[in-house]
Amino acid sequence: MNGAHDMGGVMGFGPVVAEKNEPVFHFEWERRVRAMTMAMGAPMGSNIDQGRFAREDRSPSDYLSKTYYELWFAGLTRMLLDRDLVTAEELRAGLSIHPAKPVPRLLKAEDVASVLAKGRSYERTIQQPARFKTGDRVRARNMHPTGHTRLPRYVRGHIGTVMHTHGAHVFPDSNAAGLGEAPQWLYNIRFTGRELWGEAADPAVTLSVDAWESYLEPIL
Amino acid sequence: MHDDHDHDHGSEMSPMVARVRALETVLTEKGYVDPKALDLIVETYETKIGPRNGAQVVARAWTDPAYKARLMKHATAAIAELGFAGMQGEHMVAVENTDVVHNLVVCTLCSCYPLPVLGLPPVWYKSAPYRSRAVLDPRSVLSEFGLNVPASKEIRVWDSTAEIRYLVIPQRPGGTEGWTVEKLATLVTRDSMIGAGLALDPQTSGASA
Repeated sequence: MNGAHDMGGVMGFGPVVAEKNEPVFHFEWERRVRAMTMAMGAPMGSNIDQGRFAREDRSPSDYLSKTYYELWFAGLTRMLLDRDLVTAEELRAGLSIHPAKPVPRLLKAEDVASVLAKGRSYERTIQQPARFKTGDRVRARNMHPTGHTRLPRYVRGHIGTVMHTHGAHVFPDSNAAGLGEAPQWLYNIRFTGRELWGEAADPAVTLSVDAWESYLEPIL
Repeated sequence: MHDDHDHDHGSEMSPMVARVRALETVLTEKGYVDPKALDLIVETYETKIGPRNGAQVVARAWTDPAYKARLMKHATAAIAELGFAGMQGEHMVAVENTDVVHNLVVCTLCSCYPLPVLGLPPVWYKSAPYRSRAVLDPRSVLSEFGLNVPASKEIRVWDSTAEIRYLVIPQRPGGTEGWTVEKLATLVTRDSMIGAGLALDPQTSGASA
């Protein structure tokens, strides 16, 4: 979706301000939100793309008025409510009123270290050969899907060069919608700053995105 | 999304404190989460995983050409040789700063960051000012970090739009000949591995030969 999360090139946010000796978390509730979000992936049976979409799928004013971990909290509660794992009444009351639903898996304390250390590969094997190769000129499609997508607006319609083929990876647009992993070839595409931002742009800047095959069309 | 921690978004007066506590109580009573598992996740990111990990990768690359060759070709495996792997580091790519190229990593769409080597990202990396301007005007963003990259030097911006995670290998500072890996690692800052800074200068950082 063309949401407020897609920030590349938006103006007016002001300077970047770095905090000296910044702590990992600023408040105890942020620790709990981070941890609950990670721990609830297993019982919710959710994937990383559904988590991202739950945070970004909201009005621009809502997105921009929340801090980072407020967005995480909003995304987590939405996923829990959508799956009927909790009710709004329970969240207001701060206690469990209805019996727990059966869930596919739980994250046990003894498994935390191995789950974090193992991660989860997003690379898959597919039969279909890659359509593009290093050096090919491609155009990022001018597309505006209403669901989750990982092709930022600032590259859409612009021409870049395939720098690398990463392999076939889980396709977020499908995965976020619960329509399966539908893996596609994933490429690193490099653009010049001037291609993206016009003649007045810095001539010595290049930018790249990692783009799935269906985000791209060949330049003939 | 904003990053104001100064008023009612996070203080003990905040409604967020009560709402988060309510949620954790509900999830715990239902048996969906184990509070001990939550504690362990927090502890991992606060004490075990952080930029010290990435600094060891960089310092090793500076001193061991064979390691560096593996890192540039198969970063995930090379980083795993040092014991760093896992969630949000499954598909690593190392990009090297040189005399003619300066690399900068961003995630314009959210906050993607190579957790096993850098830990959790700082607020500025997740903030709207950085996510919006790192791609539009990276040279001025770097100048706000006190890093003035000459106009002739290419700035190569990497927008982390997939599950590929980028680690910048900063240039090794001069005056560090013969230094051990451990000592070199003290010069490698978090920001230098994002591209928002350089490795520390041994003359001014307090480290000495």
